[in-house]
Amino acid sequence: MHQLRRLDDGLDRGEGLTLSIIDRRPGLRVGLLLTPPMLWLGAAYLGALGALLITSLWTQNDFTGNIERVWTLENFKTLFTVEVYRTITVRTIGLAALVTAVDALLAFPIALYMAKIASPRAQRLLVIAVLMPLWASYLVKAYAWRGMFSADGPIEWVLQPFGLNTPGYGMVATTVTLAYLWLPYMILPVYAALERVPDSLFEASADLGAGSVHTLRRVVLPMAFPGFVAGSIFTFSLTMGDYIAVKIVGGTTQLLGNVVYDNQGAANNLPFAAAVATVPIVVMLGYLAAARRTGALESL
Amino acid sequence: MTATAISLRGLSKHFGQVRAVDELDLDIADGEFFSMLGPSGSGKTTVLRLIAGFEEPTAGTILLGEDDVTRRPPFSRDVNTVFQDYAIFPHMSVVENVEYGLRVKKVGKADRRRRAEEALETVRLASYGARRPHQLSGGQRQRVALARALVNRPKVLLLDEPLGALDLKLRREMQIELKEIQRDVGITFVFVTHDQEEALTMSDRVAVFNEGRIEQLATPVELYEQPASAFVAGFVGTSNLFRGEDARRLVGEDGTFAVRPEKVRLATSAPADTTGLCVAHGVVREVVYLGATTSSVVELDDGPTVTVSHPNTDTSIDAAAERRDQRVVVTWRRDHLVSLGSPTQATSPEEETA
Repeated sequence: MHQLRRLDDGLDRGEGLTLSIIDRRPGLRVGLLLTPPMLWLGAAYLGALGALLITSLWTQNDFTGNIERVWTLENFKTLFTVEVYRTITVRTIGLAALVTAVDALLAFPIALYMAKIASPRAQRLLVIAVLMPLWASYLVKAYAWRGMFSADGPIEWVLQPFGLNTPGYGMVATTVTLAYLWLPYMILPVYAALERVPDSLFEASADLGAGSVHTLRRVVLPMAFPGFVAGSIFTFSLTMGDYIAVKIVGGTTQLLGNVVYDNQGAANNLPFAAAVATVPIVVMLGYLAAARRTGALESL
Repeated sequence: MTATAISLRGLSKHFGQVRAVDELDLDIADGEFFSMLGPSGSGKTTVLRLIAGFEEPTAGTILLGEDDVTRRPPFSRDVNTVFQDYAIFPHMSVVENVEYGLRVKKVGKADRRRRAEEALETVRLASYGARRPHQLSGGQRQRVALARALVNRPKVLLLDEPLGALDLKLRREMQIELKEIQRDVGITFVFVTHDQEEALTMSDRVAVFNEGRIEQLATPVELYEQPASAFVAGFVGTSNLFRGEDARRLVGEDGTFAVRPEKVRLATSAPADTTGLCVAHGVVREVVYLGATTSSVVELDDGPTVTVSHPNTDTSIDAAAERRDQRVVVTWRRDHLVSLGSPTQATSPEEETA
């Protein structure tokens, strides 16, 4: 017992000493805190991206298949001049925008109900319900939608009495599947934005004579806007980079991700794959800059 | 008597088992500055929210002028509210905030801009129209909220503890300013506060709330000088209360009596002429310096303690401080005693004149 206490004292003193050195040297403290994340961000993340960009400026020997480390813009020239790549780029951006719009439309009423109407208990349950699909594997969910859209699947079964058929595998199925996959990433930021709005703002709007439609348009939507911007960054960028869902439910539809994947794998043209991969990066940088201009990112 | 702006008849609001407002009858006159005073949870804010339409009453009716608005939503009632947290729209500029109500009513752009500027001038924020709410101080935001409500020229303006978040000096300034604005625009103000000084300073009449009911409805002077119950006597200012045995010994009558600390005098010996006076002996236990006044707590030989308040007309309180632990005589005029009725009976006016 006695010994134990002495051990404790020693530990206390030792701990106090180390902590006080860190306390007295703010530089050291900041350094210790920031080194691991900076290493990760600098070396692993930006380093890999930098390597990718450099690779995109090299070329591949058509005959041997080896990479030739000669600086050239040939890959980008192909990307912008060949019709099919232009079409795929436009299609990918369009799909990203469409998925974002569908998610925004679906997320708003759900988020509004969660943030302002549901009881605290229902609110907690709904947050779990929204997060739950994220626990399941991406592949499982994509294949689930493949089943839905199949020729003898539930969608066909529901539509047949109305003389309609399943749209089958293609852009529609891809849009639905991706919108389904990324919906939680839209609901949560919109919910968070609305949750922070004090109820008194809605009361003030009603007090000043506004009906629900006016309040929705002039108060609720503007207040939810930063949430939409944050959510759209997720839905837009995740769609820009997707190549698996489109493989599973897209039929022959190709997106930028497929071009990257095919060039990397089958064609083994790493420099061209790298050049294609820079397109979503540039588009996203443009998107982020536009989002920044709205001022919505500051209020996140 | 002028026309009534608001009539509440048998108004009740229950939240589950809690009776927040309990069968309230109240008439507020046109152009009146009316305050609802009470501790938190006394129901005063609920009454305000019922008038605004944010809550639906469990029972009773609400008349605005001649109109029964009991079941009408907030946006079709001719009242406007200044919220406790101001509820300024953060995504709009100051002038857009003020214009909001006019915009809803489809007032033309030039007209509504002019009226908004006028309203901002009324609250002395003429050059602040282009600012964003987050660039304003608490006091300025409060004025924006006031302008945003006043610009609609409502029949009644409801104010929910609007000065609560301001510091003391600013609060005093705003009290005077609010009263001036109310006199200028001539709109009925219904003001909710838990600050008795605020209520006394500004109001034409004050309703003191306790547990969902009105304890007393009176002018500030009546409220202070003639409190109707022990609750009012204790909540509005401070009072020395004598009950039961104490009342019998000190006043010579049965019942509950109150006397204000500033009406009690402190002396070293009993005055020669004691007609119309109550006299009691005791020891000074505590002397508290309060700036403008000094309070002495005297423990009477007859049991209870009495607080005596006197103005600090001298620069030093040494004389008062020296009295600590000294034997003194406290006196007060019998006509300064307020009878709060015998504890077994309800307060009745006859007893007060007795």
